[in-house]
Formats: sequence, structure tokens, C-alpha cells
Amino acid sequence: MPHLVAELTVFILAVFVGFEVISKVPTTLHTPLMSATNAIHGIVLVGALLVAGVAYPPLGAVFSLIAVTLATINVVGGFAVTERMLQMFKARAPAKK
Amino acid sequence: MTEAVSSYWVDLAYLVTGVLFILGLRYLSSPATARLGNRVAAAGMLVGLLATLIGTGIVSWWIIVAGMVLGTAIGLFSALRVKMTAMPQMVALFNGAGGGAAALVSTAEFLSQYRAGISYDQGIAIALSAIIGCLSFSGSIIAFLKLQELMTGRPITYPGQQVVNAFVLLVILGAAVAIIARQGVLPPMAGYAVQSSALAFVGMLAFALILGVLFVLPIGGADMPVVISLLNSFTGLAVALTGIALGNNVLIISGALVGASGTLLTILMGKAMNRSLTNVLFGAFGAVKTSAAAGAGGPQNVRSATLDDVATMLAYAGQVVVVPGYGMAVAQAQHSVKKLADELEKRGVAVKYAIHPVAGRMPGHMNVLLAEANVPYPALYDMEDINPEFPQTDVALVIGANDVTNPAARNVESSPIYGMPILDVDRANNVVVLKRSMRSGFAGIDNPLYELPNCVMLFGDAKSSVDGLVTAVKGA
Repeated sequence: MPHLVAELTVFILAVFVGFEVISKVPTTLHTPLMSATNAIHGIVLVGALLVAGVAYPPLGAVFSLIAVTLATINVVGGFAVTERMLQMFKARAPAKK
Repeated sequence: MTEAVSSYWVDLAYLVTGVLFILGLRYLSSPATARLGNRVAAAGMLVGLLATLIGTGIVSWWIIVAGMVLGTAIGLFSALRVKMTAMPQMVALFNGAGGGAAALVSTAEFLSQYRAGISYDQGIAIALSAIIGCLSFSGSIIAFLKLQELMTGRPITYPGQQVVNAFVLLVILGAAVAIIARQGVLPPMAGYAVQSSALAFVGMLAFALILGVLFVLPIGGADMPVVISLLNSFTGLAVALTGIALGNNVLIISGALVGASGTLLTILMGKAMNRSLTNVLFGAFGAVKTSAAAGAGGPQNVRSATLDDVATMLAYAGQVVVVPGYGMAVAQAQHSVKKLADELEKRGVAVKYAIHPVAGRMPGHMNVLLAEANVPYPALYDMEDINPEFPQTDVALVIGANDVTNPAARNVESSPIYGMPILDVDRANNVVVLKRSMRSGFAGIDNPLYELPNCVMLFGDAKSSVDGLVTAVKGA
């Protein structure tokens, strides 16, 4: 299936970007980084919206309501918590270079 | 979502989202630009969500509005209320929410399509993302319960555990294969076949939830950083698979990014502990019971000191290295530690902080706490940078850290933590250990450091001990 191959291509390339882009992160930023990537996978909310938007029969509706709620918690909570963590690095992070 | 209007503009917006996520992660890897990174990533999220809401022909709004309002309220409330010390378990919960959402989206997709038949490709993606999402969901909840100390942090083991886990995994995979195969053969289905397929899917999810619980139970609290990181990458993978199931690029890109970075973090942490991932996940500090039994008597020859003894030692030192651990987090002692450091620096004592990569319950846990207390960033030293300094250090002040200072890791081959890099506090001229009691650390093993002649103990809650030291140093 060319469709699947196209999707796998995107997937694999993104994996390499993911490795590359954070490979030099200092220990100090491990917790905020983990928290931020945690927020980023909240993008599943897009999927939840798509599924919820077409109004499936009852069981599907319940599932998609919970899915939208959980994914929103992931997004909002994830970014808010990361922002709070990073706020503590403010003002006193004259980059140790 | 095949029937959604996948317009040109929406796809373009998704591309922008992907790029902003990548840039955000790049900025997040440097202290100077980290905050910008988080905002760039959040902006990317906003673009993707708006494009979805506006451009995909959504027909039913009430679920979306209800879910987003509820989710925002819960997410914002918990994120703003949580204490800095409880951050790791908060991240675990958010991660579980994401995993659960991925599983539910795939399930809803399955329920909407299976009557008409699903291709093998889509079937595999749906089943895998649902399984991994469920596993991440229940696993994260167990990680939360362990860190929140609502259940024991000790590894929970029983005979035949691996066999049970393998069996559950086989059941899940068997169900998945059966469901997918049938989808390929029997479309369109009706009546009994429809019912049984849906039931099999739900059963598969139930077993995946159980596997998540079984998977984390035998892993001790000391290894939770690794587990949370791993579950984070699991959720990323589940999201990417959901993206494949829905044919949605932005989910694939973002999920893959998170899956990769989570895996990298997991590997980095494993390296820091000199243990393979397999050992962390399945070794489960397996020797805990025997070693705890062997050392049941505990260290015998420990010397405890008074506040004034320690204060004098500190006040007249040339260099003091503070070694914080989970005990400091529990006691919320970081502000008092900063006060003590200020007091010492006023007297001309050099104060440095030694950060072990796995001190606390999460990588960077100590950095966040000390930053909260306004400890200057350059005063924090990584393990490799500070270890050569211990021989020239007058006092190593160990505050609620245990296993990361255990010299047994260096020289006792039978020790469960043998080979783990440690902070060489025993090489300092004097070691002062602030500790609540003689109980062993999370690894459940004794620490021979406490019996060394250059080591004294200061028992009590870390915060009140440090507060006491501040007062005593002022008078010294």
C-alpha cells in the first residue's frame, strides 16, 4: 500500500529528527523537556476532535467525549506545568556557555 | 478520518504545527531559550487545533465543547496547584491522559468502521495504538500511585511473574491478530459477527490495561524516572500509530518526535545508572529481598552529630558541596538549603551543588527544586564535573540522598547497584548526612558510607535540620 509507505516514511524521518534535535540537552533541562514532549503528544487531541466531530453512535460518543477531555488535560496541563518549571530558570539563566 | 474534508489549508497548517514542534524542542535543549521553546511548541499546538476545529467539517459540537472545557479546567487547575516536589507524578498523570486519549480515539475509529471492514494496514495501526495507549495509561497511573506513595514504592514481585506477563501479552496479540484477520476476510459483517468483533476489541483493551499495571508493579520507585520517560515515549508511539490509523500527518510527526526523544532520554538515564533498559524493566532490583535480609542488622557503627558540631564544621570550611536527594524534595527543604548556602557564602565558604543524574525521582528533579529556591544555575555541577573536586572538599553535605552516594556501587560486586556511577562523597574530608532515620534508600540496600570514619549523621527532618544549621552557623 503506497498510502502506508508514505506514512511510514514520515514516521521514520520524524524519529530521526526527534533523536537529533534533543541529543545535546543538558541534565538541567531533562525534566522540563520531558514535560514539554509530554505536552506535545497531546496533539492526539486533533485526532479526538476529528473522531468526536462526526458524532458516532452512543458508545462512540462516550469514548470520544472522554478522549477529548483526556487529550485536553494532556495539552493544557502539560504546557502549563512546563511553563511553571521554566519560570524558575528565568532571570538566572545567563547561559552557561 | 477519511470522510473529513482534508483540505489543502488544514494540511498546510499541520505542517506548520510539525515545524513549530521541532523548533520548540530545539529551543528547549538550551537553558537560555527553553521558555521560548515551550511557547513555540504551544503555538504549534494552537495552530493545529484551530485548523482542525475550523477546517475539517466538524458537524457535532457538543462533545467537543464539553470535553475541551472540562479538560482545560482539570488540566489548568492541577498544573497550577501542584507543588514543585510533586511534579514527576503530575507528568506521569498527564502522560497517562494522553495515552488513554490515543487508545480511545483508535477505539472510536474502530467502532465507526468495523462494520464496513477495515484494511489490514489500518487494522494493525488501530490495534497497536489502542494497545500501547492503554498500557501507557494504566502504567502511568501505577507510576503516579508509587510516586505519590499511595502504594508501596518497593518492587512488587511474585513467583512466575514473567510467565504471567508473557501470557497476558500473548492474549493481547492473539486477540489483535484475530480481530484484524477477520476484518480482512469478512466484510461487511452483521449480527453475531459484529457483536463478537466489538467484544473482542474491548477485551483486548482490558488485557492491555492489565498488562500496563503488571509491567510497572515490579519496578521500584528508584527506577521511576526511567519508567516515566519510557511511558512518555510509549504514548508518543501510540499517538503516531493513531495518526497512521486516521491518515493524519501531524499526529504521525508529533508522535514520532516524542517517541524518539522519550527513548533517547530513557537511554541517557540508563547510561547514567550503568544499567541496561532490560535490567531496569525486568531485573527489578531482583536482589532486593536477599540483600535486605542479609543486611537486616543495618550499619552498626554510625556516629551522629549535633547541630553545633556540624555548623562549626561548615562555618570554617573552605569548600562545601551540597548533595541533594529525594529527602530534600520530600521535606521541601530547598529554600532552607539556599539560606544556609547564603549564610556560608557570607563567611567566605565556597558552596557548590552536586547533582547526580538520577537524584530524586526524575532527571533534573533537583535542578528544578534548587532553581525554585533561586540557587544560581552555575553553582549546580553534574556528576562528572564535581567528582574530581571531592578530595579538595572539606564538607560534603548530603541532604536526603542515599543510593547515589553509596560506595558499594564502586566496590561491592554483590550489591544490586554495583556499577552505577555515584557521587564520590566518601572522598571528601568530612561527610555529613542529613537523614530522617537509618532506613535504607529506595534500592532497599544498606549504605556503608555511614560507617566510614569521616562520616557523621544528623538525624531528623531535612528542613528542620537545615533551618537549625542556619541558626547555628549564624552563631558560630
